[in-house]
Amino acid sequence: MKAHLTRRYMFSASHRLHSDEMSVEENRATYGKCNNPYGHGHNYTIEVTVSGPVDDQTGMVCNLVDLDGFVHSQILERYDHQNLNVLPEFARQVPTTENLCVAIYEIVKRGFRKAHLEKIRIEETMMNSFEYSGE
Amino acid sequence: MVYLTRKAEFSASHYYHNPAFTPEENARIFGKCNNPNGHGHNYTLEVTVKGAVDPKSGFVVDLKQLKDVMSREVLDALDHRFLNKEVPEFFTKIPTTENLAIAIWQRLAPKLNAAQLHRVRVYETPDLFVDFYGEA
Repeated sequence: MKAHLTRRYMFSASHRLHSDEMSVEENRATYGKCNNPYGHGHNYTIEVTVSGPVDDQTGMVCNLVDLDGFVHSQILERYDHQNLNVLPEFARQVPTTENLCVAIYEIVKRGFRKAHLEKIRIEETMMNSFEYSGE
Repeated sequence: MVYLTRKAEFSASHYYHNPAFTPEENARIFGKCNNPNGHGHNYTLEVTVKGAVDPKSGFVVDLKQLKDVMSREVLDALDHRFLNKEVPEFFTKIPTTENLAIAIWQRLAPKLNAAQLHRVRVYETPDLFVDFYGEA
C-alpha cells in the first residue's frame, strides 16, 4: 500500500531580494525591507514529502537514515548558515523562498533514489510557507 | 465538498524487528528502533473526512460521532499500549508510522458511515509524519 512520509528539517540562512533587471526604485517598491543591501536572515523549516509502497519486510516507504543522510549532506550542508545570494543557483535568480523551494526540489529529485519525491514545502517564517511539487 | 480534520493524541511504545532478518540485519536496518525492550512516542493523529455539507445541520459529519469512533476504534486500542505485544495488527507487521497509519485507516474506514475518510495522518514526532489516503 502506498503511503506518504514527511520529514521536517531546519536551517538558517541570509538573503537579499534584489533583481538586476529592476531600477533601484523598482527594487525597493517590489521587495521593500527585503531589499536592504546588507541582507537579512531566516530560520527556514523544510518539509520533504516522499511516497511509495510500504515495504513488506521493513514496514517503511524508505529508511529515514537514507533520507536524513541525503538531506543533511545535500541540502543542510549546502544552505545552513550561508548567504543564499552568493550560491551559484542564485547568481541569476532572486533567492525568494519560491526559488529556494524549486532549487531544493531539483536537488532531491535528481539525487534521492530511495523513494518518489512528492513535494517540498518551506516555512520561511511561521507566517509564510511555500510548496513545490514539480508542476 | 468540505474536508474536516479532527486531532487526537495517544502515547505508545514499540520496536522494529523482522524475524526473517538476522540480528545483524535488524540492527543495521532498524538501528536504535530495534531495541527489543521498546521505546515510546507521543503520537498525534489527524483524521480528515470529506463530504457535502448537510443543508439541515450545516455539518459534514457529526463531530461527536467522529470523536466517539476515533476513541473506540483507535485510542482505546493504542493509547498506553506496547504496539508489538498488544495490538493484533502488529503481531505480524512492524509498527512503523507507515503501518500505523494504514492500521488506523483500516480500523476507521468501515465504521464511518456518514462521512468518507479522506486521510489519516500520524505524527510520530513533530518532525516526522505519514499520510495514508487508502491507496492500494
